[in-house]
Amino acid sequence: MRAYTEKIREAAKRLLSEDRVDVVIGFRKGTVALMNEPFLVKSLDQVDRLYWDGNCGINLANYLPKRPDRVAIVAKGCDSRNIVVHLLENQIKREQLYILGAPCHGMIDRRRILAALDGKEPLQVEEANGTIKLIGRDFEETLERSSCLQDNCAICIHRNPVVYDELLGDLVAEQENVDRYSDVRRVEAMSSEQRWQYFDDLIAPCIRCYACRNACPLCYCPTCFVDESRPQWVGKSIDRTDTRTFHFLRAYHVAGRCTDCGACERACPVGIKVRRFTKKLEKDIKELYGYEVGLSTDERPPLDTYRPGDPEPFFK
Amino acid sequence: MSETYVSKEKLPGIVEQLMGTHRVFGPILKGQYHQFALLEESADLDLAFRNTRLSPKALFHPHSERMFEFTLEKGNPDAGILKEVPKDYRSRIVLGIRPCDAYAFKLDDRNFITDQFKDPWWVQRRESTTLVGLACNDPCSTCFCTSAGSGPFDTSSLDVLLVDLGEGYLLQAVTHKGEQLMGDLAGGESVPEHCTEQAAALKQSAEAQLGIQFNLDPVKQKSMVELFDAPFWEDVQFSCINCGTCTFLCPTCWCFDIQDEVYQSRGERIRIWDSCMFPLFTLHGAGHNPRDQKLKRVRQRFMHKLKYYPDKYADGIACVGCGRCVQHCPVNIDIRQVARLMAESCVCPV
Ligand code: SF4
Ligand code: SF4
Ligand code: SF4
Ligand code: SF4
Repeated sequence: MRAYTEKIREAAKRLLSEDRVDVVIGFRKGTVALMNEPFLVKSLDQVDRLYWDGNCGINLANYLPKRPDRVAIVAKGCDSRNIVVHLLENQIKREQLYILGAPCHGMIDRRRILAALDGKEPLQVEEANGTIKLIGRDFEETLERSSCLQDNCAICIHRNPVVYDELLGDLVAEQENVDRYSDVRRVEAMSSEQRWQYFDDLIAPCIRCYACRNACPLCYCPTCFVDESRPQWVGKSIDRTDTRTFHFLRAYHVAGRCTDCGACERACPVGIKVRRFTKKLEKDIKELYGYEVGLSTDERPPLDTYRPGDPEPFFK
Repeated sequence: MSETYVSKEKLPGIVEQLMGTHRVFGPILKGQYHQFALLEESADLDLAFRNTRLSPKALFHPHSERMFEFTLEKGNPDAGILKEVPKDYRSRIVLGIRPCDAYAFKLDDRNFITDQFKDPWWVQRRESTTLVGLACNDPCSTCFCTSAGSGPFDTSSLDVLLVDLGEGYLLQAVTHKGEQLMGDLAGGESVPEHCTEQAAALKQSAEAQLGIQFNLDPVKQKSMVELFDAPFWEDVQFSCINCGTCTFLCPTCWCFDIQDEVYQSRGERIRIWDSCMFPLFTLHGAGHNPRDQKLKRVRQRFMHKLKYYPDKYADGIACVGCGRCVQHCPVNIDIRQVARLMAESCVCPV
């Protein structure tokens, strides 16, 4: 995917010099291995710092809401679907955007690699031919790229951008026969006590830093319910009830809107699998309404529309 | 100060001895990462760790601390009177703390122990704790303690320093408290020949590996206003998502919020970690927010650590170089890079 780097720079140069856009949102190379930093390019002299590789998992759509200017943005499959959600929810206008579509091969899970290296620290990373070579001070190790993907990328079925103005490379073959919900079914099969315990254990390490929320492009509310202070809605400590309330409510706020981009899990400093909540809702929305989010700007998310024939088996 | 040697197979016995007289906290692998927790068994201690994901500050300044309890019961003569929640101040040892994290407590003391105010819980926990540090023979690429006033073998805030010599540990007493602890230990051996030299060599190579990664002298000279208005903040702040990760993981971020939580007629006053990255941190009761933009919040964090604190106390920066924020910021904002920008933006006289 490094090949996109040149394409991104070339497009950025062209779009800025032809005054088609005011800024370009992409990535610059990170200061530590397996990390890159979202980067806003405002002038031509910054263009050559744009960069792309398998460590661009952060969802750039997060930087769009309420931008007033004309923006070129690099978008993987998931980012493009979150752009669709933004368009539907009036967070930005299509005319403002110039989307550089990045057909995606899945993004690398840094924590998984660090865990696999068991304390050894990679200083340099090379991706080639489906492998990742990790080079440290006194070791060199090569891993299969497919075994190092973020959980959500491993089961992603929309790697190609759904909206774009130009593509940075050939479209990729979408993964087929993917079982997206095996983990959800495992939880569904539990008794309610087991499930309670399961979710309590899942969020036990939470420190309420809200990185999961803030990394999420959908969480653009000017004041999140957990930050509401007059009156305050939710307690701020790591009391179980309050932590639960945060997670459950957030999950419901993104129901039918979450694209499973994995930004939340990627950001969580204590490694909580936050998607365990959102995926259940994704599955429900699919089963109840046959809706998959972010694929089209013509259909509104099912939970912000009403149709007389809507299923309502959850009313008891 | 005295030195002892403990071979690795004897360590569990030594730890058990300590557990007999103290509550011993040490790095334990819990799930995906290490954290400082009370040892139930000596075997839980894992001194082969790099560093803990969260800093050990929670042992002194917990995320959510119950300070007081109260009742609001009508007719109860105690209604509305705050009663201190009892805390456990039995003596304890933090075993295996990294020198930088221990040094961080010294910085935190500035906040919790002032001439005017002494935070009783912080003070008593500090007093009841003996810090037995573990030197870093092999620092991470994200570490920069040597640029932040500390170092991989920094003993300035420890009572005892352990140095891993491969086959065993060299224990060096640093303070009187440490000396006492070591004096009470049975099973230590006299220090084999060359061990002290070996430890000195390890120190040198660890320090060399770290190098000096930035120089903040120019920042000292610059006016606060000039730095405050510097154009580079615009670039630094773009990627920040204002999560609290950097501040919650940081051993020197001490800010907190105080809240009353009431259930029916009973209530508690609790102290909770807060973060200058959160808009709510500075929201006034009247609705005005002096740090209403991301840029202002990002700037605050770095200015506090690298300019305001050093200017106020003239005792170095409010960062110990542990590198947690560098490793775990989800968007890769790197304080070392920001420190360089702050230093470089200095306009030298021509
Ligand atoms: S979710 Fe799909 S499109 Fe998004 S980064 Fe992963 S593989 Fe790429
Ligand atoms: S990012 Fe992780 S620790 Fe932070 S609030 Fe979310 S789940 Fe909790
Ligand atoms: S961890 Fe990074 S993104 Fe989060 S508030 Fe700190 S600097 Fe910003
Ligand atoms: S600012 Fe970062 S490197 Fe410095 S002490 Fe805090 S977490 Fe560690």
